[in-house]
Amino acid sequence: MEIEGQVRIPSGCAIAAAISREGCGMPGSIVSEAMRPMHERSNGLGGGFAGYGIYPEYRDFYALHMFFDCRDTRKTCEAFLKESFELVQSELIPTRKIPSITGEPIIWRYFVSPLPSVLKSLQLDEKEFVARTVMRINAGMDGAFVFSSGKNMGAFKAVGYPEDVGEFYCLEEYSGYAWTAHGRYPTNTPGWWGGAHPFTLLDWSVVHNGEISSYDANRRYMEMFGYKCTLQTDTEVITYMMDYLLRVQGLTLEEAASVIAAPFWSTIDCKTDTADREKHVFLRKMFPSLLVTGPFSIVLGFTGGLMALNDRLKLRSMVVGEKDDRVFIASEEAAIRVMEPDAENIWAPAGGQPVIIRVKEGAY
Amino acid sequence: METINIEGLGYREINEKLRGTPGCRLAGCRGQRFIGAGMGHGALIIDGVPGNALGAYLNGGSITVMGNAQDAVGDTMNAGEIIVHGSIGDAAGYAMRGGRILVKGDAGYRAGIHMKAYEDKVPAMVIGGSAGSFLGEYQAGGIIIVLAISGGRPVGNFPCTGMHGGKMLIRGDCGDIVFPDQVTARPAEKGDLEAVSEHIRDFCETFGYSMDEILKSPFTIITPDSKNPYKQMYVMN
Amino acid sequence: MGIDFIYPEYEVRRDPIRCINCNACVKQCSHGVHQTDEKSGGLMADDSKCVNCQRCVSFCPTRAIKIVKSDCAPLGNMNWRQRTVHEIYKQAGTGGVLLSSMGSPKDMPVYWDRLLLNASQVTNPPIDPLREPMETRVFLGQRPERVQRKPDGSLDTSLPPMVELSMPVMFSAMSYGSISYNAHEALARASEELGILYNTGEGGLHEDLYRYGANTIVQVASGRFGVHERYLNAGAAIEIKMGQGAKPGIGGHLPGTKIVGDVSRTRMIPEGSDAISPAPHHDIYSIEDLRQLVLSIKEVTEYKKPVIVKVAAVHNIAAIASGIARSGADIIAIDGFRGGTGAAPTRIRDNVGIPIELALAAVDQRLRDEGIRGRVTLVAGGSIRSAADVVKAVALGADACYIATAAMLSMGCHLCHTCQTGRCAWGIATQDPELVKRLDPDMAAKRLVNLMTAWRHEIKELMGGMGINSVEALKGNRLMLRGIGLTQKELDILGVKHAGE
Repeated sequence: MEIEGQVRIPSGCAIAAAISREGCGMPGSIVSEAMRPMHERSNGLGGGFAGYGIYPEYRDFYALHMFFDCRDTRKTCEAFLKESFELVQSELIPTRKIPSITGEPIIWRYFVSPLPSVLKSLQLDEKEFVARTVMRINAGMDGAFVFSSGKNMGAFKAVGYPEDVGEFYCLEEYSGYAWTAHGRYPTNTPGWWGGAHPFTLLDWSVVHNGEISSYDANRRYMEMFGYKCTLQTDTEVITYMMDYLLRVQGLTLEEAASVIAAPFWSTIDCKTDTADREKHVFLRKMFPSLLVTGPFSIVLGFTGGLMALNDRLKLRSMVVGEKDDRVFIASEEAAIRVMEPDAENIWAPAGGQPVIIRVKEGAY
Repeated sequence: METINIEGLGYREINEKLRGTPGCRLAGCRGQRFIGAGMGHGALIIDGVPGNALGAYLNGGSITVMGNAQDAVGDTMNAGEIIVHGSIGDAAGYAMRGGRILVKGDAGYRAGIHMKAYEDKVPAMVIGGSAGSFLGEYQAGGIIIVLAISGGRPVGNFPCTGMHGGKMLIRGDCGDIVFPDQVTARPAEKGDLEAVSEHIRDFCETFGYSMDEILKSPFTIITPDSKNPYKQMYVMN
Repeated sequence: MGIDFIYPEYEVRRDPIRCINCNACVKQCSHGVHQTDEKSGGLMADDSKCVNCQRCVSFCPTRAIKIVKSDCAPLGNMNWRQRTVHEIYKQAGTGGVLLSSMGSPKDMPVYWDRLLLNASQVTNPPIDPLREPMETRVFLGQRPERVQRKPDGSLDTSLPPMVELSMPVMFSAMSYGSISYNAHEALARASEELGILYNTGEGGLHEDLYRYGANTIVQVASGRFGVHERYLNAGAAIEIKMGQGAKPGIGGHLPGTKIVGDVSRTRMIPEGSDAISPAPHHDIYSIEDLRQLVLSIKEVTEYKKPVIVKVAAVHNIAAIASGIARSGADIIAIDGFRGGTGAAPTRIRDNVGIPIELALAAVDQRLRDEGIRGRVTLVAGGSIRSAADVVKAVALGADACYIATAAMLSMGCHLCHTCQTGRCAWGIATQDPELVKRLDPDMAAKRLVNLMTAWRHEIKELMGGMGINSVEALKGNRLMLRGIGLTQKELDILGVKHAGE
């Protein structure tokens, strides 16, 4: 049978996220527990999390979270990394054995920094080099897969129900200022762990609900710029699109949201604010192939914040609530009530309207 | 006349400077293309070697090159005049419909290719030296004159292929030149030369030659036999 | 009669019971088929002149006429087909090059018919175009590679010139001369009403049609007929015609008999003189010369108009397109080998070039492999027959499609394949004033608008079924396509999976 990556697997999902505007640490269990009332939205074939601010002691190093199929692959990959990176830490990611999570690969993490001499000779900036290295491993090295590559953040994912995956990865032992969570409902068995969410590249992580209809238009456009969609999932291509728009093209979050969930032309044409209209016309003319159609709700994690976004027709559910300095996002209100029973200002963002929450400057 | 040094400038900047100026002298020209493209009036004088497509779509005014010019001079030109004090490259006056090109020296391959004429627009090209092969290929109108002042063979091979309009005058008896079947080449008569004398006169005045000297030699005139050279070639299917 | 005799291909059948001797057929036939017999006063028909344009059939008030394929026993065998034998007779009798018109009638593969579209079921929803917004607007032109910001940090929203289309379809080049003034006017007016563009072809732009400039593509071909500074600045975009799908590698030749009146004025060549377009542009013998012509046009139009380079789909089309993309051109138009023509040598039309589907797929993929697909826009033409073909072309990677034969059919063309005679009974491919009058520009424009309006609805429905509400998200979305009955090689070139995969 083909495993995920050789075949495209549509899926539905549950998502949840929490963030502290003050940058206060929260255990990862806050979001894994939130997935329990949304159990019906997953089918036990994928769950995962991303935490921000979880590696303060290694904040200047890229944390590479990796799956390996065997020791030899890990050794080969480590040798490859050593050619161009300084490896300051190399260890198993701690997990606990639970009956509902089986068949795990070798789950490893490295804290690395690209060698300045390598960057200089390739004339690349640090982030671009790390991104290219991730693409190279994921597309070219059989049995090795980088599933997280940012600084002071990390993704944790597996085949299983999300609440079990959280327990498996001992998430209660990590403290982060922002967390995202995902429970997956793929139509068929993915065959391995790579296709679980979140998808990440550098500091970006995306959890996503819905099957988009623009996938191949988006994918084929992104692959022009060196991104390799090895897993063939919507979330993967959306992650790369965000990296391209935000890092490579230098758009703001709001501008990037206006590209992927662009207002309809009829809405743009009616705008009376000329500058605003020109901006939207420009973004649609400039990036037509990065419009995402079909249902999606996503939460994008980045260093210092989260952005939630619905498709422009709002075909998926998403609610936002807050309490004190914390903001919660989830597919269903029930999940927010688990995270914070007294959450206030529960509201559902409109289609295409980005909700951006930032941690205050200096607190992350 | 104002002089602009265009050394190091791109063609886009040059043409932007030229738009709206009544005329100027361009110094330091070295290969910039499209100079005077679509220009409607004014006078340009160019020192140095202008790049390809000099005076493309020229619509009026004049361009004078003090030295040589490269390929595609006067491409699709509609009116105006281009004067070259040296020689020109290939495909000069391609599809020109009006105006005039005067060249003191030689022309490369395919000069006057697809030159055409319409109503009062009768383009002319006078080549003081000799012309390369395929002179006046597909010529559909206008006048091409080759003076061969420096002697030698006036044109290369295959002149007038596909010619179906206009006329060509070549100084000399053209005895060793093979013309295609669909044109007629005969010694030019007095009337033939009178009809184009303004062009020869202007050429001589511009470049300092004696018109009488030039007209002492015999000329050959070539005209097409048909406006429809390929009519018999097809059968409806 | 005798050795060259070819039994007429069609027979005119007149039902004497229905015929009321009204002579409508005599008046309508532009080929002189129907005549009144002076002795009997009855109607006669010379079958040998019939081209099966159906004009008499359509205008017979009593439906007394039908045209049938002749049942004279066909010549030849499975190898030497009747058509082949007849062509040899014609050439043996005349020594002439066979001249045909319209797209190739040969039974070559139509890949559109071997591609099937997707629809949403369960995992994501189809969208109902009657009730929800469904966008078909596209922009053609060049895009910069990077977003720029002004000193104050705001987006620099200036872009290179682009043309806006309300739907991804344009009317492709048909010159004034090859088709009538009324046909041109209908195309121009329909384009204005639809918010799309039509293309002048290489015969210049009639003075009276300059007012439709915002919806006009002006073409520059190797003959440069009617090309001057004002013409270049008259349209919304300029197209350099390097080749045509129906006749790759050769030029054009409008016989002097069609260079009359306004055609002569518009082309700016004398009446009766052949309009010969050489095979190459004689200022382009190499790819870097193309850049020279593209940029000379941009200079003369002050960089305000996008430049299209149109090429025929030939074997090495992917590399050619890649070269064009780097030439400064904003838009690449590719014309497939089933494309139409007013006249082309039969052998060229039926044997040179490749299908648009394969060419488009190869070009789109090559430009992506080289990372420059975002820089240019791609227009596909050469027998786009329906909204489904448009949707499939966009999914393969086209930004928009060019249509011509479909547009002509909507104006009344009956596909009789005899444009080259200049006797079009429907007033389209003719310059005979009496015949031109038959094409009412109001009616023709209305029918063009109807056709495109219908296609736009169908495009929306097909997109909606796929859960796509903007044509932008359909472009290059090859997962929406599956092949049926295709070899693995064909699937690989098209970049699609087989149905069931």
